[in-house]
Amino acid sequence: MKKVYSRPKSLRNVSMHYCPGCGHSIIHRLIAELLDEMNLQDQAICVPPAGCAVLAYNYIDIDMVEAPHGRATAVATGVKRVRPDNLVFSYQGDGDLAAIGTAEALHAANRGEHITVIFVNNAVYGMTGGQMAPTSLIGQKTTTSPHGRTVANEGPPIRVCELMAQLGGPSYLERVSVSSPAGVRKTKAAIKKAFEYQIKKSGFSLVEILSPCPTNWKMDAMASCAWIDEVMAKEFPLGVIKEVQC
Amino acid sequence: MKGKIVIDTSMCKGCQLCIGFCPKKNIFLSSQLNAKGYFPAQADTKKVCNGCGICALMCPEAAIEVYRDDEN
Repeated sequence: MKKVYSRPKSLRNVSMHYCPGCGHSIIHRLIAELLDEMNLQDQAICVPPAGCAVLAYNYIDIDMVEAPHGRATAVATGVKRVRPDNLVFSYQGDGDLAAIGTAEALHAANRGEHITVIFVNNAVYGMTGGQMAPTSLIGQKTTTSPHGRTVANEGPPIRVCELMAQLGGPSYLERVSVSSPAGVRKTKAAIKKAFEYQIKKSGFSLVEILSPCPTNWKMDAMASCAWIDEVMAKEFPLGVIKEVQC
Repeated sequence: MKGKIVIDTSMCKGCQLCIGFCPKKNIFLSSQLNAKGYFPAQADTKKVCNGCGICALMCPEAAIEVYRDDEN
């Protein structure tokens, strides 16, 4: 029999620290597969966040520059300007990009920096124990919104793609999810497209990925995937939000 | 088309995404704990596997290798 799939070379052969069923691991794997397929392992530089994915440099076998909390897009801007021929992408969660790093992310997008942002939206602060994030849904119970998020108290969730779509700089914004086999394939295609935008120096690209956090959602992995499809995707509609032909 | 999967049980955390998404329901949880303390996924070799690779596509740990018979 012919081997048709095995672990990508760009993913180190170590066990990841993520919880069972975590979407981060799937997204790491997709990035590693793309780096292999596009032959970019030697050229890629990733800027990981503070958050669950802070240890991404232990897993994806490429150069990485760790950024302070929220500053990944600012650091990626600097790296890309110094090394314009490298593929530079930041990998950020919703706490990193949509809370403490909003200013850096929006301004990097507005400047149309030739970087790619992988934005992992799991509607909760994962690493610190499931506190409410700017992307938590209305009614969602977290450790800091035990009775559920309300519009009156915390405001509605921030839709980062729609927010950035109002700016002049971004060239490609798409929202996908890793909650089903079709969703995982679409996520890989979206990340590939975002990388291609950067390679063609066509401006800022961001892929928002709705990703399960079974531990903090207090569900099993399958129920988390169903929750993304049935609940989360209604608040965060999937699809291409902005695309400027490159 | 026939295929088979090989699961690296030392990597598996027993999240059961492969079990939930396998269209043939060919995967089940082992009753033996692995070194991490999880009950890992195990392929049912008595059933027919298409080698579709959906289990590997969903596996967060990249712990599944997929083989497919070329002749068919």
